Amino acid sequence: MRITQGCFSFLPDLDDAQITAQIEYILSKEWSVGIEFTDEPHPRNTYWEMWGNPMFDLKDAKGVMIELDDCRKAHGEKYIRINAFDNARGWETVMMSFIVNRPETEPSFRSWRQEVDGRSIRYTHELVG
Amino acid sequence: MDEAGERARPARIDLKAEYESSGVREVLDELEAELIGLAPVKRRIRETAALLLVDRARREMGLAHETPTLHMSFTGNPGTGKTTVALKMAGLLHRLGYVRKGHLVSVTRDDLVGQYIGHTAPKTKEVLKKAMGGVLFIDEAYYLYKPDNERDYGQEAIEILLQVMENNRDDLVVIMAGYADRMDRFFSANPGFRSRIAHHIEFPDYTDAELGRISGAMLGAQGYRFDAAGRAAMDDYVRLRRGQPHFANARSIRNALDRARLRQANRLFEHDGPVDAETLSTISEADIRASRVFSGGLDIDGSRRRDEP
Repeated sequence: MRITQGCFSFLPDLDDAQITAQIEYILSKEWSVGIEFTDEPHPRNTYWEMWGNPMFDLKDAKGVMIELDDCRKAHGEKYIRINAFDNARGWETVMMSFIVNRPETEPSFRSWRQEVDGRSIRYTHELVG
Repeated sequence: MDEAGERARPARIDLKAEYESSGVREVLDELEAELIGLAPVKRRIRETAALLLVDRARREMGLAHETPTLHMSFTGNPGTGKTTVALKMAGLLHRLGYVRKGHLVSVTRDDLVGQYIGHTAPKTKEVLKKAMGGVLFIDEAYYLYKPDNERDYGQEAIEILLQVMENNRDDLVVIMAGYADRMDRFFSANPGFRSRIAHHIEFPDYTDAELGRISGAMLGAQGYRFDAAGRAAMDDYVRLRRGQPHFANARSIRNALDRARLRQANRLFEHDGPVDAETLSTISEADIRASRVFSGGLDIDGSRRRDEP
């Protein structure tokens, strides 16, 4: 099942030229860029592993692309996303986040329905192979 | 670039019009106007600009595809304008489309080499990432290589640099700068650099007359000027200063002028009575002649530059 998280996830996967263009946009806004990866794309798993340090003060997208290539080499079979962080006072948050790498076969989810407290229903979503 | 070539290959290109429209002319004119002396450097930069313009035209016509090697070395004594020229060079390469952003990242050994095992590579890469799309200026590059210590981490930085200089020729231009003799030794010990650097530009020392003009221009930029006697004193100062240790061309002049302004301020302050704009902006003979250079000369900044040859 195709995981849809962050920007552009309903579009076909971005190619490197498109990723570069997005990073150029991020840098034009003076946001800093972070690369993160995970093998567990559960929507509740907000904290992915960081690939190196966040990158500040870059002028050109090539710097990020070099790191992305390195990350793909090491974790090509995992999900990789790029986060853009705005440190401007009042925002101080991730402004943009998009997936740039997916495994060959993506996991899917199974929903569990559980009856609790009388007739209340609880749902939980489990990642399956 | 390649895509443009596929679309429409122009049959002929007017190099003169390219020269005007690309903004190269502006950079070269600025260089000419702002930098006093340095004739051989300006000539080399003109030649380089011509080469790049022709190369660009060739690429547009589909005659060449390889990006030319643009890494450079600037050799010359301190204070001969290497950093300033590097800044202009970044602008020039940007106008010609050889670097995408055209910013200059100026670093020394400390910014590249780490302090413990495993620290150097991330540190060097960090700098390289920041320099992508622009020009990386490595000042006193020979400090990277310390032959007397085979475990020095500088070697690691050198290897990463060489690799990036080769693989990312489209993404950044590296300029290495330093004293001529030490750079020669550095290049002979690291043949990889010599073969990857296409342009070696030598910065000559300024002549006394040029330094005189530079001092006038520096003062002018700060809204000061010499009176006639002050001018003569400055010329004497340049002549004497050159013979003394740690002479750093234009940088020595700038330091001398800073001290002269200090003395002028003290002189005006101790002098009773009102001052007018004329007096406030005039550096006179007394401000220059009081320098230690005239009394045999002291090693003014010996403490700072003890490691110089």
